[in-house]
Amino acid sequence: MSLLQIENLVVEFQTASGPFRAVDGVSLKVDPGEVLAIVGESGSGKSVAMLAAMGLLPWTAKVTADRLEFDGRDMLAMSDRDRRRVVGKEIAMIFQEPIASLNPCFTVGFQIEEVLRIHTGLDRRARRIRALELFEQVGIPAAEERLGHYPHQMSGGQCQRVMIACALACNPKLLIADEPTTALDVTIQKQILDLLVELQAEHGMGLIMITHDMGVVAETADRVIVQYKGRKIEEADVLTLFENPKNAYTRALLSALPENAVGGRLPTISELLSDEQIFAGAPR
Amino acid sequence: MSTVTTQTGHPSALAEFWYYFSRNKGAVIGLAVFLLVLFVAVFAPLVAPHGPTEQLRDKLLLPPAWMEGGEASYLLGTDAVGRDILSRLIYGSRFSLFIGLVVVTLSVISGVLIGLVAGYFRGRVDTFIMRIMDIILAFPSLLLALVLVAVLGPGLLNAMIAISLVNQPHFVRLTRAAVMAEKSKDYVVGSRVAGAGTFRLMFLTILPNCLAPLIVQATLAFSAAILDAAALGFLGMGAQPPTPEWGTMLAEAREFIQRAWWVVTFPGLAILVTVLAINLMGDGLRDALDPKLKRS
Amino acid sequence: MTPVLEARDITRDYHVPGSLFKKSRTVHAVKGVSFSVGEGKTLAIVGESGCGKSTLARIVTMIDPATSGDLLIDGRRIDIATEPLTADMRSKVQIVFQNPYGSLNPRRKIGEILTEPLIINAKMRADEREARAMAMLKKVGLEEKHYGRYPHMFSGGQRQRVAIARALMLNPRLLVLDEPVSALDLSVQAQVLNLLADLQSEFQLTYVFISHDLSVVRHIADDVMVMYFGEAVEYGSRDAVFNDPQHSYTRTLFAATPRVDIEAIRARLARKSAAASGASAPAAL
Repeated sequence: MSLLQIENLVVEFQTASGPFRAVDGVSLKVDPGEVLAIVGESGSGKSVAMLAAMGLLPWTAKVTADRLEFDGRDMLAMSDRDRRRVVGKEIAMIFQEPIASLNPCFTVGFQIEEVLRIHTGLDRRARRIRALELFEQVGIPAAEERLGHYPHQMSGGQCQRVMIACALACNPKLLIADEPTTALDVTIQKQILDLLVELQAEHGMGLIMITHDMGVVAETADRVIVQYKGRKIEEADVLTLFENPKNAYTRALLSALPENAVGGRLPTISELLSDEQIFAGAPR
Repeated sequence: MSTVTTQTGHPSALAEFWYYFSRNKGAVIGLAVFLLVLFVAVFAPLVAPHGPTEQLRDKLLLPPAWMEGGEASYLLGTDAVGRDILSRLIYGSRFSLFIGLVVVTLSVISGVLIGLVAGYFRGRVDTFIMRIMDIILAFPSLLLALVLVAVLGPGLLNAMIAISLVNQPHFVRLTRAAVMAEKSKDYVVGSRVAGAGTFRLMFLTILPNCLAPLIVQATLAFSAAILDAAALGFLGMGAQPPTPEWGTMLAEAREFIQRAWWVVTFPGLAILVTVLAINLMGDGLRDALDPKLKRS
Repeated sequence: MTPVLEARDITRDYHVPGSLFKKSRTVHAVKGVSFSVGEGKTLAIVGESGCGKSTLARIVTMIDPATSGDLLIDGRRIDIATEPLTADMRSKVQIVFQNPYGSLNPRRKIGEILTEPLIINAKMRADEREARAMAMLKKVGLEEKHYGRYPHMFSGGQRQRVAIARALMLNPRLLVLDEPVSALDLSVQAQVLNLLADLQSEFQLTYVFISHDLSVVRHIADDVMVMYFGEAVEYGSRDAVFNDPQHSYTRTLFAATPRVDIEAIRARLARKSAAASGASAPAAL
């Protein structure tokens, strides 16, 4: 059984220039223990789709779906209260800006214990022990001392580790990582990606990796969904996607990588393709 | 080489402004009331049924029209010397709006200039300017205005100068903060690399990008100015009788509170409604102009 | 032939004033860096955040002075701490920033943004300026109709084109590109890199290309300098640096860069399934 199953998800925003369809009929499923990468450029609706599924969008968004199930439970029929309980405990998210995602007024130890307090029945002592354990798990050295630090005292990579620790606090079944390494340096990115994949395998979690970076996809994913202008245009396992991409846009995207450059020039997408050509081969 | 097509159907800046502004119902009501007040002020001689200083010796303290003993041609009644209150209020709106306009103009121009200098040059200049502003802000504003008027002598013009001076530190601080935030942005550095001088950077590059919060503050200062002017008028330090200024009208009517409630109530209401309308409008402006609050 | 840009032992210290609880200290952002770039060549400066590459960019662009060392442009020694810059020197070095959303004045039309450098530096008639701006607009792949529009009406890639056009208005010799494509989408990144290559060969431009992305650097650079905590730990031709990195940090940097070739993915998947079967094998026993 799939962990998360979404069918025909549509998200519309009310804007000054009329309704804007950010996600247009996206379907996807994630199995336990699987790494799914959703890849797309800005405006492809990749983050919005996940935020919508979690019910985390502001009131201007209108979200509809034929089916939205997590672990066999219907998320559409759920009350807001129940959904909030599921999101955070069984589904955890980490975001692009680790330093901005942490509250600057509290120590990181307080913040992780707060997560534990809300979602688990642990007492103060047990929470402290669990927090230490989590910090060691995500590879923060001198965990005891680090618990008393404020976010601004830590580097971006360390903050992202804290965010991962917070996300793991309740042993979630699904972890959604929205551009988790975009704001980080290459060497730190490597560490964080390795950590995420390692923890995912260890806990048997489902992991959704939202990214624009083909390198991140190649380094982490089992299966890949390519999105373009709010629509899913290709879905394949990672090797097939890189070896034999079906959709013209995916092919163009891969050939635009500087690594794959032939001679001095890079082929670019708008020179080659129109929207019709891209959507022609898209699965619904 | 082909280019990426821009998003189609970009709404014009004005349409976008109106979209966000009109989402705030209070702001639209505020705008409507303000426009009404403005209309009445501009066409006062045509709208008002009587002259503002015209006295009717036989009709002292006439109650409003709907009460017993009221007369239809004196809709809101008359005051202690037989002047039509409605007409005086209508002429009074001219003074209130005029005061607001002059005060805002004076304090915006001086405040923005000083704030720009402080925010751009920083260092000693900044410290010196900001300490003076702190001192001005440390006084209760009305008290400071009173002292200034006492020194300059009572009168509408002096009251306006005093109120401007009291209002101006807000603009200095706001401008300074905005300038400091803009100054480090890449486009300013880019202009510098292109060789732009200090004057150009300050006035042509940075200042236009700091205007949005200033416009909001200006509307709020407008209402504050009306309020302060009314307060000074009430204390006898602003416009002098028989000028139909709202605060002065209140002061003249003080002794009739018990006998003739309308003489005090209507000028008070006029001040309340106008100030409220402008404040609501300022809220809407902030919604529309402050990109941080924009939801899209 | 004299190089367009030569830097000899450049250092830059920041003085952090002390407060009640902290002693004042000096931060060495750049510690004695030397390099030179010839006409029409591209030097890439690679490093991670805080390595001093942006500080170096500001020194080369003559925004900030160096604490010590010599900066030579076209063989002429420049020291902005002691003498004011001439318009002529100013126009020789221009810069393109990383964030295309912050680098254009949001209250100015594209045409005004492009003509501003000419208004400041050159005595020219208004119609002449406009013609120059229009020509430059077309050169960077935009159209004449874009002249009267505001920056917010453009996409990130188009804004970066405007930023490049603006930098070229004064016919500079040297263009400092501070992470010019790292805020852009992959497809747009390719377009901008192509544009930069075209412009370089057309105007014989010299580039100092600052980046953290090794795949981009490998594509565009002639020479590469790797910086680490203010020091240049590796400096050489592109092929030398990429094929035979000397410093351990350079090797770490290469190892950390994600690989997108199929063999790498296959190897990773094989490792993963091996680990999975290794983990489940003891359980099966």
